[in-house]
Amino acid sequence: MLRVFAAFSVLLLAAPAVAQDARLKVTATFSILGDVVKNIGGDRVEVTLLVGPNADAHVYSPSPADARKLADAKVVVLNGLGFEGWIDRLVKASGSNAARVTAAKGVTPRRKTEGHGHSHGSDPHAWQSVANVKIYAANIRDGLVAADPAGKAQYVSNTAAYLAKLDALETEVRETVAKIPADRRRIITTHDAFGFFKDAYGLDFIAPQGVSTESEASAKDVARIIVQIKRQKIPAVFMENISDPRLLKRIADETGAKIGGTLYSDALTGEKGPAPTYIDLIRHNLKQISGALTTS
Amino acid sequence: MIYDTLIAPFAEFEFMRRALAGTIALAFGAGPIGVFLMLRRMSLVGDAMAHAVLPGAAVGFLLSGLNLFAMAAGGLVAGFVVAVAAGLVARSTELKEDASLAAFFIISLALGVTIVSVKGTNIDLLHFLFGTVLALDNQMLVLIAINATVTVVGLAVIYRPLVLECVDPGFLRSVSGAGAPAHIAFLALLVVNLVSGFHALGTLLAVGIMILPAVTARFWARDITAMMVIGAVSALISGYAGLLVSYHSGVPSGPAVILVAGAIYAVSLLFGRVGGLVWQAFPGKHLEA
Repeated sequence: MLRVFAAFSVLLLAAPAVAQDARLKVTATFSILGDVVKNIGGDRVEVTLLVGPNADAHVYSPSPADARKLADAKVVVLNGLGFEGWIDRLVKASGSNAARVTAAKGVTPRRKTEGHGHSHGSDPHAWQSVANVKIYAANIRDGLVAADPAGKAQYVSNTAAYLAKLDALETEVRETVAKIPADRRRIITTHDAFGFFKDAYGLDFIAPQGVSTESEASAKDVARIIVQIKRQKIPAVFMENISDPRLLKRIADETGAKIGGTLYSDALTGEKGPAPTYIDLIRHNLKQISGALTTS
Repeated sequence: MIYDTLIAPFAEFEFMRRALAGTIALAFGAGPIGVFLMLRRMSLVGDAMAHAVLPGAAVGFLLSGLNLFAMAAGGLVAGFVVAVAAGLVARSTELKEDASLAAFFIISLALGVTIVSVKGTNIDLLHFLFGTVLALDNQMLVLIAINATVTVVGLAVIYRPLVLECVDPGFLRSVSGAGAPAHIAFLALLVVNLVSGFHALGTLLAVGIMILPAVTARFWARDITAMMVIGAVSALISGYAGLLVSYHSGVPSGPAVILVAGAIYAVSLLFGRVGGLVWQAFPGKHLEA
């Protein structure tokens, strides 16, 4: 009896090792990070996401399947800057002992929206500046190398290639913004996620909600935005893939501002959408913005 | 000064006028419905039905996005199915109506959450649970107004059997068979009002604008007609004052409306002429004559 039991527990202990894939299992907290990891890991890593495309990480609620993904993962990549408030509890609950990589480590933090009363903590949406994603890439490269030293050469060369693409993207963004007349570089979006974009490229983004999509807009906020649009003659209002479009439509109707296309802030779209990768996302946003602001 | 506080927000901003129009229309339907809910001891049924509406609205949302009519139609269908199924089970088995309704609405809610989160995203679900009165467009206003009209006319038609069933169901059964149809029609009107309410206030708060004004009215009148009028007026005041509170203090508008209704209820509970706590504590005077 005891022997059977002993044999059984040996089997149980051995099971995870047998099930292991040759590829390095990496779990990224949301779709944009997942894309960067894929670019750097190439075919040496298998990436799973906790918050998938088109979903809002601010209001994410974990499922048991997510805890399993974490438990299986060798490396967990998270944004940091307080973006994933739930990650500590989830990691603990899943019993995962994966190495943690904080992608935004070393990014210069910026404060949340100014002039809105309750501004505390830092803005987590650092990926809206391409320069920050270069830091992300370097952090992720180091994390992957530490977890899988055998793949170092590949990770390093993939990262170099990706950084070159990001440099090209950065130049493209700067050139496009430079073409927009300075007095038209102002737009409204539903959630305040573009602070880093604003600081990096000199476009003003104004949002009717606070920094997080969790808060519900009050009449005061909406009135403030409308007054501002009218007074500053803000030319365009934009929507995101994750916020309430109805409120924005109302604001646009009332002020006569033009409704631009959809901007993608915190989540990629699916394969068929306009922003399946991070680079596509920035390009898409850029095209929408310059399209609405240059034509009058 | 008074103008700035009370009227200017509405004069200056169209969205405030729309929100006000929406809450007024909502008040006309929700007040009377709430009074009957209370008199029929169905106050909690309203809440249950609000949750039961979710899967229908979710299916409508998945088929055609934030399309008003698809969501409203889906909500109506889901609400009816739950109400009728609960009624049928109660009539044909040992189970009482409250128990069978509880069973159906919770299944319906779970189904709704599943549908929304499998196909949609987390944020969609929040939009169902918390609507916003600040984003009412023409379509929505028209829908709310139609619903309020249907409610008022519908209540007028089924008024007699409905009142009789509240006060003396045995007598109604002995003289007429109108009790069951009137009950079904009433549930239909309830669902119609919930569908209006969840666009303006969200599924979680839509019931508030029905129940709070109704229980408030209970402290000011014994007569059903008077109660319905007081209910509608107090819902209307809650809407107006709630919007102002939201405008001046920056509190989200839906909860603000319901909290004002709650405050009016609390005051009525204390000072209401009919059974208010303060009047109960000092009953002396009007017994003198």
